[in-house]
Amino acid sequence: MGKTLKETIKEIIRKHLKNKKGKVFGQCLTAVGWVGGTLPELYEKDGMIELSMADVAGGGIVTGSALMNEKPIYVIRYQGFNWYNAPMIVNYAAKSKEIWNTPCPVFVRGIGMEGGIGPVAGSSHHSLYYRMPGLKIVSPMTPKEYKKIYNSFMKDDEVYYVSEHRGSFNNKIELKDDIKGKKDFVIIAISITRFEAIKAKEILEKKGLRIGIINILWIKPLKISKASIRCITNSKFGAIILDDDYVDGISNSIANKLTHMTNKKIFTLGLSDKSAGFHKKVDNLPPNSDQIVKKIISLTKN
Amino acid sequence: MHRKLRIKIFEKASLCRHFETNAYKFSEKKLIKIPIYLSAGQEFISASLATIINDFCKVKPLIFAQHRCHSTYLSFGGEMDNLIAELLGNYKLSNTGCMGGSASIYSKKINMFGHDGHMGTQVPIGIGACFTSKKPTIIFMGDAAAEEDYVLGALGWAATKKLPILFIVEDNNLSILTEKKVRRNWDMHDVARSFKMKGYNLKDSPNEIEKYKKFFFKEPMLLNINTNRMFWHAGAGKDSDKIFDRYLIEKKILGKEAEKIDKKFNSMIKKKWEKHLKKQ
Repeated sequence: MGKTLKETIKEIIRKHLKNKKGKVFGQCLTAVGWVGGTLPELYEKDGMIELSMADVAGGGIVTGSALMNEKPIYVIRYQGFNWYNAPMIVNYAAKSKEIWNTPCPVFVRGIGMEGGIGPVAGSSHHSLYYRMPGLKIVSPMTPKEYKKIYNSFMKDDEVYYVSEHRGSFNNKIELKDDIKGKKDFVIIAISITRFEAIKAKEILEKKGLRIGIINILWIKPLKISKASIRCITNSKFGAIILDDDYVDGISNSIANKLTHMTNKKIFTLGLSDKSAGFHKKVDNLPPNSDQIVKKIISLTKN
Repeated sequence: MHRKLRIKIFEKASLCRHFETNAYKFSEKKLIKIPIYLSAGQEFISASLATIINDFCKVKPLIFAQHRCHSTYLSFGGEMDNLIAELLGNYKLSNTGCMGGSASIYSKKINMFGHDGHMGTQVPIGIGACFTSKKPTIIFMGDAAAEEDYVLGALGWAATKKLPILFIVEDNNLSILTEKKVRRNWDMHDVARSFKMKGYNLKDSPNEIEKYKKFFFKEPMLLNINTNRMFWHAGAGKDSDKIFDRYLIEKKILGKEAEKIDKKFNSMIKKKWEKHLKKQ
């Protein structure tokens, strides 16, 4: 069997530090767990830089490092922390090339997670970056996808926001689209929802529905093949976008674009419009397979 | 201070003063159509530092500043033509294609990095650049920018890492029009010391600034330099006609030689602006 996603990330980072003499910045990197097992056990002398707990300043320090052609990796352990970590990344690093013709490429690892961790640490927050110009947003969930994204970043001179999810770290398999043949309904899945999408497809197909699946790796710019667009256009009922963020962000924006491209109804399903509490009863989780199935069945009946 | 050095500093200050006086004039006449932030009154800080760093330290530092930085740019050797072009909207000659405006001066030639418009972000960004490059770095901020939480957090990290950075607080006592005493009960040189870096509070006199040159870029150091802005926070206007003017004092002390320099720059810079305006 191949490597898990977390082993793949760890190997990429080891090479980034050892072979490319790059730097990795973040808070509490060298703590127990090494960020979900995604970091090699290296220290400041190797380029693994512990920032202070000053979140906003930390993003600025990484931006400054990127100005010196260093191509730093910036680890944000929970995506919600971006509210304080992102300001100088989006306002300076992302604009530097356009305003001063000085590229400032940062590889931002924003790590999503949820389930009993409350309103700040929980879920993905990639929509935070979405409205700002000058950066790219990706959400790799497989080893091959991650390698592809890192290699693309190293050849590029832009800021990358890499929306990761701890739920995918043990994944070894590559997730494929299913767009062949005529479909009743198409699921377009982002981040961790890609795994639940597969389960939902299996349940729905047992019920006699033909379900397509489109995996979104490149969120901004949105990369979706012509064949995928054809699959949505030719579908009977349209498509639904699944996200691990609130729908009033990336998913509704993509839905709007795809509606224009396909003339089909594109629905969205993501986090509920509420804060996540710590207890199971009041948490706010991404859609699971049962919720996806229920939603799609209701949409195909109307 | 040696007279020769003092004259050299006065030359830079004169260049900055006449540049800003013209910018004021053309902003008032609406020939400059973007918001401008003038550094007149504060020019002895950058003029002194640029001269001392060039002559004594013999290094070309990375420069990070924010708005009110025309004098920083000019003192450290930025091309005046490019700055005039920036202010007049001549995008072909401007260093940033007119994207930067007055508040975000950039120059690859002098290692001056642009600013994003959020006060004080140049502090953590400059610290990150210094940490990675290990190059001597000078970071300018105002007394208001110094209050930003991320400035304080970043200063602590720079002190911990013992980076070769000279932090300059251009303290004109005002945030738009709100005085420092209304905003806080602490001083930046004390903050620097609490972070275990050298921190001093001084006037913008070249004599005083020169006293600290032996510490430049050896380790992190913060100089809180008290100064006065001649003009409004933004645009062409004056807070008061009774502002203390270091330029007039230095001109008086240095006598005829300074008067000659003043006249020379007055005429030269006026011509430069007129030449650009003719092309408009």
